[in-house]
Amino acid sequence: MEDGETNKDVEVAPALIAVQPNQRSVAVAVGADLRVFNLHAGSAASLVDESGSSFHKDFIRAIRFGAKGKLFVSSGDDKIVKIWSVEYWRCICTVSSEKRVTAVAISNDGSYVCFADKFGVVWVVDLTGYDGNQPLVNKKATPLLSHYCSIITSLEFSLDGQFIVSADRDFKIRVTVFPSNPINGAHEIQSFCLGHTEFVSCVAFVQAQDYPHGLLISGSGDSTVRLWDIVSGALLDTCEVATKAGLLESNNDKSEERDHAVTDLCTILDGLLIAVAIQSFQGIVLLKCNPATRTLSVSKLVSIEGGAFVPTSLGNGASTGILWMVTGVSNLPGSSCPSFARVRAISGFDVEQEPTVVEHDKIPGGEQLLENLQGSASVDDAVFLAAAEAVKTAMCNLLIKKQYPAENRESKKRTRNDKKFKL
Amino acid sequence: MPETEVNPTISKSTGLPRKRFYRARAHSNPLSDSHFPVPISPSHVDHSLHYPQYFPSSGQADSCKRIQFADIGCGFGGLLLSLSTLFPETLMIGMELRDKVTEYVKERILALRAANPGQYQNISVVRTNSMKYIPNYFEKGQLSKMFFLFPDPHFKEKNHRRRVISPHLLDEYAYALQVGGIIYTITDVEELGDWMKSCLENHPLFEALSKEELEADPVVQLLSSATEEGQKVARNEGQTFQAVFRRIASSDQTS
Ligand SMILES: C[S@@+](CC[C@H](N)C(=O)[O-])C[C@H]1O[C@@H](n2cnc3c(N)ncnc32)[C@H](O)[C@@H]1O
Repeated sequence: MEDGETNKDVEVAPALIAVQPNQRSVAVAVGADLRVFNLHAGSAASLVDESGSSFHKDFIRAIRFGAKGKLFVSSGDDKIVKIWSVEYWRCICTVSSEKRVTAVAISNDGSYVCFADKFGVVWVVDLTGYDGNQPLVNKKATPLLSHYCSIITSLEFSLDGQFIVSADRDFKIRVTVFPSNPINGAHEIQSFCLGHTEFVSCVAFVQAQDYPHGLLISGSGDSTVRLWDIVSGALLDTCEVATKAGLLESNNDKSEERDHAVTDLCTILDGLLIAVAIQSFQGIVLLKCNPATRTLSVSKLVSIEGGAFVPTSLGNGASTGILWMVTGVSNLPGSSCPSFARVRAISGFDVEQEPTVVEHDKIPGGEQLLENLQGSASVDDAVFLAAAEAVKTAMCNLLIKKQYPAENRESKKRTRNDKKFKL
Repeated sequence: MPETEVNPTISKSTGLPRKRFYRARAHSNPLSDSHFPVPISPSHVDHSLHYPQYFPSSGQADSCKRIQFADIGCGFGGLLLSLSTLFPETLMIGMELRDKVTEYVKERILALRAANPGQYQNISVVRTNSMKYIPNYFEKGQLSKMFFLFPDPHFKEKNHRRRVISPHLLDEYAYALQVGGIIYTITDVEELGDWMKSCLENHPLFEALSKEELEADPVVQLLSSATEEGQKVARNEGQTFQAVFRRIASSDQTS
């Protein structure tokens, strides 16, 4: 009955990517594996975790760098939240969660780590005053807010840190005042951004004059990206990305829409451009946000030739002009490969240039990076194709609710023992 | 001459719907996903369906009237009927999870409207899970009163999160209530009464009404007498436990 407590046999988790704000390192999570490549040193970072030998024991569902690039958080199905000091890639704090973790965020000043669990509760870990040297033991999370039994897909702080935004699978985006003492909970809801007609998969902020908090953008299973004013919750613009990008006929039916769900988005050059990953599209759609007119428009499509590269996650080092992408899954049923991940990058977003997919041999970090983040420098085409299906399944599992067949539901009802009428 | 349609679910003698045709199971699990339409946002709530006299044409409301009272888990609707005549110009809605019960309340209101022209135009009911969809129905600060009368107790510790009053859900109720708005709760289960009271006491956006304020509020008397559940408790001479709190402004200086 629990939302999202799914059958492990068919469970696959999509690969994730995160890029340090100054682009010193790139992290990829696939299955329970966390891989970090230090671009500066040109080598794999070795992760140090004194609390135990294996870092994560089950699928990682969320990874994230802090805005200052000093902290990194990883978490997922093993109900363990790991907070890393990026400088030496040391795990400084391990916090346990009662339930599996679905999303994480770090407050802009690095004082608080927030994570959302399968019951829709967001928890906060207090790191105020922490100097980054000693490991923190016995840290406990306290509840911050809750989406009633809806799985939270994305957590994000507003640009000025005043609000925390949480998006869920029930089409809802909640904007909550992040209080001066979050340990007592965040009780003041600023707004709800309502308008999506399917699960919300991802949110991000873009800078805009007159909006110190930033303007919020969100992607959804309804194949749209929307622009919001979080103070009022007003919907400013809706961009039918799949239709506008020519991926979808405008009078589509619902099933096709599902195939063009927006699965991730990522701002580039402080929000001048927004990269959008769409289910079934081999490439990304670039959107432009015009803060003055408060509109979104499709700027261009960048497709990725060769293989079936549908990104499962996007990452960008804030102001840098490189977009990192990963496609992959935790496990490939019936294959000799335990997991699968492939990394690509797109460069040249600066206004005069054309964004282009970087060739394998030109990727920053080169072969070592691919070797490290993918698990191997080159990937067999047959495996790649086999993975494409699994990628699709992984994204569907993650975002779309399990629908019990109607029959099944009826039989469940029949076996209930509390049907007797009482008043 | 065409035969007049006979609706067997309506009692011939009283013209009111018969309860036995609207039997339903006693408790619904508010955590399981049900399948009923949910408005995308409060602006998508079609008022003309609920209050045709106030909103004659369908489509978005340009009338400035908004729903101000919400009876959460309204059951068979007794409170709405009492409030309807006490506040004839205030729009109010009952929210109820059980389908059959909701249908019963609908029929009940329609029958009363037919029998009393011009009256009972200000009340209506929707089938929904209030624990999930309050923000889809009400804008921030829209409500001036919210009612939680005799909610399901959910005794087991692990089921406490199914209770309609909880620290987290109070955040949403505080959002829907305007500053100064009032939340009314009552139960015959002492443990639940203590729970609801302590949730409210510990919430930074609510404060208790004083004794004088409680005495001056005509609605308070209805809490134990107006609903079907309340009447049942009264018949059995059961004790009741109420908690009535006001929505206050936040004191956290964030800007
Ligand atoms: C014990 S009855 C009380 C009914 C009414 N308030 C009275 O006093 O007679 C509780 C009601 O709340 C309804 N309910 C429980 N959970 C609900 C939810 N999440 N949303 C809406 N209604 C709910 C139940 O279906 C039931 O009718």
